Amino acid sequence: MAPALETKSLVKRFGALAVANDINFTLERGARHALIGPNGAGKTSFVNLVTGVLTPSSGDIHLAGESITALSRAQRVKRGLVRTFQISALFKKLTVLENVTLAIAERVGAANDLWRPAGHHRDIIEEAYDLLVPLGLADEALRPVTELAYGRQRMIEIAMALALKPKVLLLDEPAAGVPPRETGAIIETIERLPADIAVLFIEHDMELVFRVAQRITVLVQGAVLVEGTPAEIAEDPKVRQVYLGESKH
Amino acid sequence: MTDLSSRDLLGDRKAVIDAFARRHRFKWYEAIPWLAAIACYFLFESYHALGAQIFATILFALSLDLLIGFAGIVTLGHAAFFGVGAYAAGVMAANGWHEPLSEVLVAAIVAAGVGFASGLIVLRTAGLTLLMQTLVVAALLQELANKWSSVTGGSDGLLGMKIDPIFGLFRFDLFGDTAYVYCLAVLFIGWLIARNIVYSSFGRSLTGIRENTNRMHAIGAPVDRRKLVIYTISAALAGVSGALIAQTTALVGLNTLALSKSGELIIMLVIGGIGRLYGAFIGVPLYMIAQDRFSQIDPIYWYFWIGLFMIFVVVFARGGVLGVFERFNQRRRSR
Ligand SMILES: Nc1ncnc2c1ncn2[C@@H]1O[C@H](COP(=O)(O)OP(=O)(O)OP(=O)(O)O)[C@@H](O)[C@H]1O
Ligand SMILES: [Mg+2]
Repeated sequence: MAPALETKSLVKRFGALAVANDINFTLERGARHALIGPNGAGKTSFVNLVTGVLTPSSGDIHLAGESITALSRAQRVKRGLVRTFQISALFKKLTVLENVTLAIAERVGAANDLWRPAGHHRDIIEEAYDLLVPLGLADEALRPVTELAYGRQRMIEIAMALALKPKVLLLDEPAAGVPPRETGAIIETIERLPADIAVLFIEHDMELVFRVAQRITVLVQGAVLVEGTPAEIAEDPKVRQVYLGESKH
Repeated sequence: MTDLSSRDLLGDRKAVIDAFARRHRFKWYEAIPWLAAIACYFLFESYHALGAQIFATILFALSLDLLIGFAGIVTLGHAAFFGVGAYAAGVMAANGWHEPLSEVLVAAIVAAGVGFASGLIVLRTAGLTLLMQTLVVAALLQELANKWSSVTGGSDGLLGMKIDPIFGLFRFDLFGDTAYVYCLAVLFIGWLIARNIVYSSFGRSLTGIRENTNRMHAIGAPVDRRKLVIYTISAALAGVSGALIAQTTALVGLNTLALSKSGELIIMLVIGGIGRLYGAFIGVPLYMIAQDRFSQIDPIYWYFWIGLFMIFVVVFARGGVLGVFERFNQRRRSR
């Protein structure tokens, strides 16, 4: 079976700067794969390329064996490729429940319904609420997102992705900006994700990376430095060199 | 024990979902504009003609609110669709087709067509570029109407319109009695359509586009298509509004396509409150009644006062009249 996600010689240049420099990357089905690298390495750019926010200068992207390079952002989502944002990108003035409801309405196609009141799609609202319960967000379902602490907003960020029933999930620094005592909840949520979802997560928090990841890819200046199991990465001299000088922590 | 807690949860669940699912239900205050309109028919008998203009303009402002207030599509050229609708109805009425309801229908279709075609081009952009492009579309149409004087009457305006009685029964009279009821009825239908759209799943997705376009892309929404759909619908409603004005004044001029027309409309909507569905119902009457009173005294002072008032609204009364109401309500509730 073809891997969940594959990039082939992926290149993206902004003028002289190559944010993606010939990236050949494979995400296996059901994988827990971490993408790490110093600030500005091109991790977010990689997610933007894969999800269609950025158009590659050259190269190809395959989802479950099929090329998606020419597809729109929405078409990729429809095929199960879903991402979260490094900086929370939520509908801030809307309630938590409505945020998730909007995502589900897109998934099931209800959002094209011009006439029936959204409230009549009760199954969608119920599904949204039931998704919030295990994430500990149900008590705040009817509060506007802005009123929630940033750590809680990061949880909604994950809820929005799960609402789309992803096959491949790209998490861009899910714990970024979360106070230390709240990162535990995020890690647990990631660990509890259904096993059939292939997960790629970008993270600076090495504790989280080594706890969750089965494989790790290290990206430096737009290029893959090394890839391997956590044990291999921990002992790799090149990685140590990169992280001695530039680690966030 | 598990039994008890899960039952508690269920109770909560239902309450939350019910509260969320009932947001579209009619609230008592939504009857106010209609009751007021009926009362005004009897209270101000000599102002029926003005009333008809106000209703038609409310529909125009309502169509703009769908774009700016709900979808976040900021346009400076909405008069394009108003004018196209006015000319469509006017040209029919001046050339042998006198039945009013079919004129309105044709105006809606023609305006929707122009909205769709121009939307295909201008909606690719956003911000200032979009503002400029919508303005250009209206300016081009105005120039077209000016040059094509054999059909539109050019700068003299379109004259010689003749309108049959509505349903063959109610003749348009000099006092505007028929026009008042006619425009109110069409506005009511337009409002029902707009309200339904706003509370539909489609309408909520427009709010999503306004609040965070990137997120809408990330949840798989066909953002461009959604914008085009609401742009077309809004254009149709604006076209209907233009047709109403044409029919009830029996006059269509180049000013129906003017930038000042679009600008004035935004002012009215800002005064009432954008993105609240009822801003049009407050801002338009306020503006037009004030204009009717003041412009008789001195048209130059009128624009001075409106300018001053706008500064006041922008600085002190964010969200217009309705915005002030909302904050007042919130403060009272939090006490
Ligand atoms: N649209 C753009 N135009 C020009 N340069 C860009 C653009 N987007 C990103 N870059 C540059 O590409 C490089 C990689 O940025 P990116 O955000 O992908 O890094 P990152 O690995 O996610 O870093 P961080 O850990 O800080 O999130 C940076 O130098 C950035 O300035
Ligand atoms: Mg990043």
